[in-house]
Amino acid sequence: MKHKRASRGILASFTLRGAVALICLIWTIPTIGLLISSFRELNHIMTSGWWTVFRTPLDFSQYTLENYRRVISAHGLGNAFLNSVTATVPSTLIPITVAAFAAYALAWMRFPGRDMLFTLIVWLIVIPLQMTLIPLLRIYVALKLSGTFPGIWLAHTGFGIPLAVYLLYSFISQIPRELIEAATVDGASHFQIFTQVVLRLSTPAIASFAVFQFLWVWNDLLVSLVFLGTSQDVATMTVVLTELVGTRGQDWHLLTSGAFVSMAVPLLVFFSLQRYFVRGILAGSVKG
Amino acid sequence: MASVTYEHVTKRFGDVIAVNDLNIHIPDKEFLVFVGPSGCGKTTSLRLLAGLEEVTEGNIYIGDRLVNDVPPKDRDIAMVFQSYALYPHMTVYDNMAFGLRLRKVPKQEIDRRVKEAAQILGIENLLDRKPKQLSGGQRQRVAVGRAIVREPNVFLMDEPLSNLDAKLRVQARAELSKLHQRLETTFIYVTHDQMEAMTMGTRIAVLKDGILQQLDTPQVLYDAPINVFVAGFIGSPSMNFFDARLIERDGKVALDCRDFIVDVPENRANTYRPHLGKEVIFGIRPEDVHDPDYAPPGIKQALVEAKVDVTELMGNEVIVYLVTEHTQFLGRFDPRTGARVGNTMYAAMNMDRMHIFDKQTEMAIR
Repeated sequence: MKHKRASRGILASFTLRGAVALICLIWTIPTIGLLISSFRELNHIMTSGWWTVFRTPLDFSQYTLENYRRVISAHGLGNAFLNSVTATVPSTLIPITVAAFAAYALAWMRFPGRDMLFTLIVWLIVIPLQMTLIPLLRIYVALKLSGTFPGIWLAHTGFGIPLAVYLLYSFISQIPRELIEAATVDGASHFQIFTQVVLRLSTPAIASFAVFQFLWVWNDLLVSLVFLGTSQDVATMTVVLTELVGTRGQDWHLLTSGAFVSMAVPLLVFFSLQRYFVRGILAGSVKG
Repeated sequence: MASVTYEHVTKRFGDVIAVNDLNIHIPDKEFLVFVGPSGCGKTTSLRLLAGLEEVTEGNIYIGDRLVNDVPPKDRDIAMVFQSYALYPHMTVYDNMAFGLRLRKVPKQEIDRRVKEAAQILGIENLLDRKPKQLSGGQRQRVAVGRAIVREPNVFLMDEPLSNLDAKLRVQARAELSKLHQRLETTFIYVTHDQMEAMTMGTRIAVLKDGILQQLDTPQVLYDAPINVFVAGFIGSPSMNFFDARLIERDGKVALDCRDFIVDVPENRANTYRPHLGKEVIFGIRPEDVHDPDYAPPGIKQALVEAKVDVTELMGNEVIVYLVTEHTQFLGRFDPRTGARVGNTMYAAMNMDRMHIFDKQTEMAIR
């Protein structure tokens, strides 16, 4: 009886793992194809499928770095990369900073209108940002913010804050009340509690949101197209990549390598911050 | 060093009255224990003193200073929380030094105080550890240490031992008492455990439903509880209660408990004579119910016939559950007792130690 149950368990876990492996494979095949194509010459791409490299995988003459060289230098992707970084980093840091302060205040400070304010912020999550584009752009033009980096920082900050506040609030409000009270009795002001206790304990939540916001801003095309535009000195990677498709729909080799250049940074960010998702930093604070 | 005074303190949460007109004066260096069942307002009373809640009505003084509107950090108090509330990202040393650093105490002074407290508590070797690397008992010590280094006027403790296992709790209890003697500071301690209250408190404040029931030394609470609640709450196993009526029998005052009648001792008869005919509650503690064969000599005993329902051998005594037709009660018998389950036997009640309460008001009749 026991033996039977054990063997059924093994079978079940085997099936499960098989299914997961299959899904992973299906999910990654297009990306692998893209990666391989980005290292192939144009006429190879046009005449045979990317999987044909597996006939002679070790024949390095069929691979080339030429696509990367050209897309980065000749097609301005290098400059666009810097623009993307300039647009993305503050657009990630500003909303997180503002939202963390707001989340603490909404969770732990008593002031009139607190609940209403929180409800209002949560309501903003459901408003589609497309609705705001035209009115915002008119304001931007009037304020001469259109086509500038501070303009896009402000836009992304505005779009990102409601969700950021909501996520950080749900985390920060779960910090044990006694911990906040202990700090209060120890003599800490709200600002000190926030910087010395809450912020440290919220690292996992902040890191998770940082990843989300970073990926969203980095991959965003709509907002940067509207508020930054297509001029060389401000256009981001996503904008330049679409230009590449638009003007040279035939240049597959450049498009594939361009896509990989733009993917490199998000991957790096994700892998460097992912350990925070797992780590339960709160362990050991209360009870025994 | 400071006294603490609650003056007509009331705390309401919406419609709920958590603390109702509390009046207590706690002199300097006292170890006062708030005790009561959950929801009795004991923790709220402590939090009001800490400044974590605002009083609805009344005044709280620390020393001579009215502290109603003083923020917690300026009240010169330190608090130990039930969950210990250690900062998980800091080492033990930093946990203890945190409050001092915020107060800009010089570095050498911080170091001196932290090391001294660690030495008192025997946690010197743990100073570099993080809270999650500590056992429950060690965390509890760190929490106490964090309070000690502040050298406050008043120590507040909110059930600091309730997360420890039974054995550790007994040990920690003794250590806290010793600490109180050593620091010579006012301690205010909240617990739901009457045993902790009895063993540690200089005085005990028994609360129920936000109302102070009785405030006195452990011995007085035990010997002369003011009402049925205090009588039942203090002492374990708790006091036996019988519905009874005060009657006169052969010229003596007696208690008619339906299943049996017991005489009130002569020397106390005059107290109860004016209440003849009244419905009362007769109370007697299990340790005052003996096996007649092993009853201490010289007591004024009243014999009651009852059936033995359950016996629990504790080694030094046997707890015997006795039933009569209408009620059941407990006795703590000598282990040599002949009581066997199912047998009918006499139990000897030591009537010098009886308690009589008014049935309507549940207050002791004295």
